[in-house]
Amino acid sequence: MFRILFILIAGIAVGLAARRTRLPRAAERGIRITVPTLLFVFGTAAGADDALIDNIGRYGWQAAVIALLGIAGSIAAARVAKRIIGKGGGR
Amino acid sequence: MKGNLAIIACLAAGIAAGRTGLAPSWLTGHDLPVYILSALIFQVGIGLGASDDLRRMRQSFGAGMLLLPLATIAGTLLFSAAGVFLLGDRSLADCLALGSGFGYYSLSSILIADIKGAAPDAAELATIALLANIIREMSALFGASLFARWGGRYAPISVAGINSMDVCLPSIVREADGKDVVPLAVTHGMALEVSVPVLIGIFCGA
Repeated sequence: MFRILFILIAGIAVGLAARRTRLPRAAERGIRITVPTLLFVFGTAAGADDALIDNIGRYGWQAAVIALLGIAGSIAAARVAKRIIGKGGGR
Repeated sequence: MKGNLAIIACLAAGIAAGRTGLAPSWLTGHDLPVYILSALIFQVGIGLGASDDLRRMRQSFGAGMLLLPLATIAGTLLFSAAGVFLLGDRSLADCLALGSGFGYYSLSSILIADIKGAAPDAAELATIALLANIIREMSALFGASLFARWGGRYAPISVAGINSMDVCLPSIVREADGKDVVPLAVTHGMALEVSVPVLIGIFCGA
């Protein structure tokens, strides 16, 4: 975790220092390449894992449960936040 | 949307390559994703540090701006904890780690795979995180109107998670009926983006 946080903070520091250079644009373009590359590599490892592929239905169901719980929790949180902030929309 | 489809296509191509059994061991090993992930996090950091949003956020910063991301984190984790009872074979820490992606499917899944390392359930947890966060992002993108009706104008922001600052911003503005929510949505996305590696690190026991 600390390695990841350190890299993130280092990146923020570099981004702040290099705000007026071309580096932020290059980083943005880099992200657009890095994310698909990462997912391709991740997919390769997942595809080579027979146990994982055999259970993909079960994992999909579990993912749906976690996603729905997260969404429900977020809606509840937004209602509480709206009440506290006090100027929530009139829907 | 086109970007999302391209990303899902890359994942599917990777799975297909893995299924053929022809992928070299360095491609399916543990080291390569770690290096690429480090590069991704560094690039995300540069983007955060250099963005105008960060300056705008500092200018309009107030306690209220932090309330919504904190509420989203608390609400998501609280409800994700209920996964222990619904999923049966998952621990509380696993459910909380899975919920800690806040729609950031690429980073959360790779982080879980990276931090869990050689643990036997690392790949399956990473896969569940990937799918769960894709479902969350797609729901936020297409269900903003419904969420606004159920939870008020902040609900689409909260459900969007980290996507509130980019992909889901247009639908958030449309549902909130005003651009005044933009700084809040951007702050919300940025705060959650920073929280993802921290929370997943904690819950995966790093």
